[in-house]
This record gives sequence, C-alpha cells and structure tokens, in this order.
Amino acid sequence: MPKLIFGALAILVLALISLFIGVSDVTPMSLFSSSPDDRPMQVLLISRVPRTLALILSGSALAVAGLLMQMLARNRFVEPGTAGTVESAVFGILVITIVWPGSPLIAKMLAATVAALMGTALFMQILRRIPLRSTLMVPLVGIMLGGVISSITAFFAYRYDLLQTLGTWTLGDFSGVLRGRYELLWLSAGLVGLAWLAADRFTVAGLGQDFTTNLGLNYRRVLTLGLTIVAMVTAVVVVSVGSIPFLGLIVPNLVSMAVGDNARRAIPWIVLMGAGFVLVCDIIGRVIRFPYEIPIGTMFGVIGSVLFLYLLLRRRPANG
Amino acid sequence: MIRTQSVSRSYGDNLVVDNVTLDIPARGVTSIIGPNGAGKSTLLSMVSRLLDMSAGTVTVDGMDVTRTPSDVLARRLSILRQDNHISARITVRDLVGFGRYPHSKGRLTVEDRAMIEKAIAYLDLDALSDRFLDELSGGQRQRTFVAMVLAQDTDYVLLDEPLNNLDMKHAMGMMKLMRQAASDLGKTVVLVLHDINFASWYSDYIVAMKAGRVAAQGPAGDMIRPEVLSDIYEMDIKVHEIGGQRISVYYG
Repeated sequence: MPKLIFGALAILVLALISLFIGVSDVTPMSLFSSSPDDRPMQVLLISRVPRTLALILSGSALAVAGLLMQMLARNRFVEPGTAGTVESAVFGILVITIVWPGSPLIAKMLAATVAALMGTALFMQILRRIPLRSTLMVPLVGIMLGGVISSITAFFAYRYDLLQTLGTWTLGDFSGVLRGRYELLWLSAGLVGLAWLAADRFTVAGLGQDFTTNLGLNYRRVLTLGLTIVAMVTAVVVVSVGSIPFLGLIVPNLVSMAVGDNARRAIPWIVLMGAGFVLVCDIIGRVIRFPYEIPIGTMFGVIGSVLFLYLLLRRRPANG
Repeated sequence: MIRTQSVSRSYGDNLVVDNVTLDIPARGVTSIIGPNGAGKSTLLSMVSRLLDMSAGTVTVDGMDVTRTPSDVLARRLSILRQDNHISARITVRDLVGFGRYPHSKGRLTVEDRAMIEKAIAYLDLDALSDRFLDELSGGQRQRTFVAMVLAQDTDYVLLDEPLNNLDMKHAMGMMKLMRQAASDLGKTVVLVLHDINFASWYSDYIVAMKAGRVAAQGPAGDMIRPEVLSDIYEMDIKVHEIGGQRISVYYG
C-alpha cells in the first residue's frame, strides 16, 4: 500500500510537469502574476489540463484493457493492438464517417465499440480453431487479422478520400486535445473501475475454462464482460486521441514480473504505470525537438517495439 | 451419491463413453481404473459439468448437473482435471484462496483464511506459499491445484490422475489425505488412477472402464483379482497378498 501511494505521487509530479510544458508561457509564476482571464490561465484550463487528464485516462485504461485481453486469451502477448481490436474500431469509425458524415463523437464511439467487439470476437473464434496454441502464434494471428482489417479500411478510406482523417485515429496524438474534446475519456475511467470490481472473475477466467466452471462462474459471461470492456476502452481512446501501440502489452507484462497477475493486486499498479508511461512518452515527445512535437503514437512505436522484443526474448520456457 | 444414467459422449462417429449407468457411493474413496482411451477422464468431466453429454443424465445428491446453477454445484462438488496449464503468474496462496470463491465470492472471511492455510499445510506447501506458480516444479504445481480443490471444501471431490508428476512420498501423502478426507470428514472422493496398487491400497470401491463402458465394478477387495485385472488390461497380472493388502505385479 505505501508503495502504491508513492507511485501515485510520482504520477502527480509527472502530471505537474506535463501541465507546464508547451510553447505558450505557462508557469506557476505567470499564473499568479496574471488574472484568471489572461492567457496563461486560459491555456492551462483549455489545453494543458485536458491534455494531461487525457494522457492519464487513456494510458491507464489501455493498459488495463491489455491485462484483460491477456487474461481472457490466456496469452502474454496479446493486447488490443495485436488482436484486431484497434483495427476493427478504426474500421467502425470509418464506416460511420462515410454513412453519417458529421456524426457526433458519441456515435463514432458506439460504432467503434460495436466493430471492436466483433473484431475481437472473431479473433477469439480463430484462436479456438488453431490446433497448436503456441504462445507466439496467437499474437501473430492477431496482427495478421488486424492487417487484413486495416487494408479493408484503407481501401474504403482511399475510395472516399478519407486517408488523412484515418491517420488521426491510427496514430495516437494528444496535441489536439482541448476542453470539450476529451471528456468521453472519462468513460474509460468508469470501465477501469468496473474491471477492478470484477477483478477476481478475470483472474479466475485467466486460469482457464475448467477452473472457472469448477468455481461456479459462467466462463462465457466473464469472457463477454471482459471483451466488452476491452472493446469500449479501445473505442473511446481511438475516437478521442488515436491508438497507442504496445502500451497494453508492455505495462501488464512489467507489472506481472513484479507483483504477478492476480488482477485485484495488479490493476492499481497497471493504472499507475500505464498513466506514468504515457505521460513520460508524451513529455519526451514534446521537448525532444521543441517547439515541435513528435506524436505519442510514434514515440511509443519506437520505445514500445524495443521493449516488446525484450519481453519476447526473455520469455521463460512454457513450464519453467 | 453420484448417479449416471445412460451417459454417452461421442466425437463424430467415435463413441468415447458408451451408455454408462453407474452409481458411485457417497462417503468413501472410489477409483476409476482402466487402460488409455477407456473414457475415464471423459466420464469424470461430464459428471462435473465441464463437458456436455451427448446423451444421458448425471445427478449428484439428486441434483441434475446440467440444470443446477453452476455456483450452487461449486459448493458441493469440485473437479481437478489433469494437464492444467496456467500461464498467469499467481502465488500459491492466491490460487488456493480462489478455492474459496464459490463460498466467499472474493471477499475472504476469517474462516476462509483459516481454511486456506489448512489446505496449504495439508499439502506441505507452507514454504512455497508466496511463490508464483511459474516458479514451481510440476509436482509442486499439482499439489497447489489439489490444495485449491481442498480449500473449496466440497462434499464431492473429483480428481483426474492426481498423482501425475508426484514423487513417491507426495503420491503416498496425497492418497493418505484423500483417505482421511473420506474417513474423517465424510467426503466422497472419486479418482482416476493409473497405478492399480494405489487404487487397491487406498480405495473402498473400484470402477474399471474399458472401451467406453464399465467393464467391472465392486469393492476394492473383489476387483483386485488376477482374472478381473488381466481381462481389463489385456495382459498377465498377478496379485499377491502382502501385509494384508493386495498388490499387483505385472512386470516382466
């Protein structure tokens, strides 16, 4: 518990740093020396605070979604980005953008959720049919499925001249986050809370269908609940800020090494680390070639893929 | 009592369990023996609602296992299958603790915790209780799974080849524990066993399966006889009486 408080304080410090980085001059001093209606306070309230909150909310939610995927697919190396979930969500947004141009964010999110749920269910169906469930086959299948869905999406985006818009969903970027355009992300906080409440069910499901049935739980129901949370989190994040690759994979794996996979114990750590990781990457992306920005999706693609390789290579043999 | 009525299970044209009608007596240790592919594990999975039947019904104390709510059944009957692969990093104590889930739904009471510690001690896991499953040997993992089932504290305990991966000392300890659970606590223990000498020494009742059917059943004393065993396993098996126990010899 004291360690968790320490972790929370670290996030707070990172959040404060994030608040005071940017082109516009916002410092504690400038805030005090000007009136609330002046530029520094306005920038803080309209841009900096929403951005920081968006980082924390989406980072922690995506990391928890990764844990749920890993529990339910019983594989260390799946996350929404390696299971076709993100690609399906993007496909969903594209479809509603074509059939209903100018649709509100909430409608886009619902379309993304439905598509993400269908794509993930398809992935789980394929998994049941793979006779050889080797650890690495599972994410490979997911990445291939994602590739297929992406290419369909790209085809239609090209046909309807939406390729540029497509980029905003596939590449996570927090530079466009402003007050009034990120609030949907609060929904993901609720979903994380729900995941924490049902944590024991997910841990039990992670033990396999037989263990789950033996303990009197309905495996399919736990699976459905978990995948719904994963799909909604993915949809909300993709619609609001775009996808962040590898986050849901790295954070749960690192936390698992330290405190294990019991979701009740792991989720608070995953929330903190997910938020911290995203904050750090976003801060680096903002200062590395100041005053310009590197989108967090790019930052994470680089850092994340290196860490992913490390996790793959240090993997213990299946039955240690 | 566990009662199966005309239970069958087929995969395509392959009939794995063929019209089995069987009463497993309450209170006591019953072992199911038989050659590979006899349908022992399949039968156990159907009795414990892990596998759907193609035909027939199973009742446990009169409750139809396919209709009784799963969480109600989980407080009366527990099952451990063989070959459990768990990739999640869970500590021994946490896993054993999940055995209490049907009773506590995740909110462990003082009694739950006492039960968990008792199960850990019974299986000689005290020194390992804070270790993660992936840091254990196969035998230690197997003992952890059995401890979880014990913590579940059900009247009926079904174990599919519980001696897998266990060394002699722990195999014997496991069978003694099952014997004790049946004699002292009045539990009904059903085991699938490959070692017929373990079955002979520790069981009250033995069911022999062959090609999906019950080939023979009866009190252990009646079953461990050369003519019965040789017929089931299609090999020459001699039975000797040593210290008042029947021991089969089938080497050479």
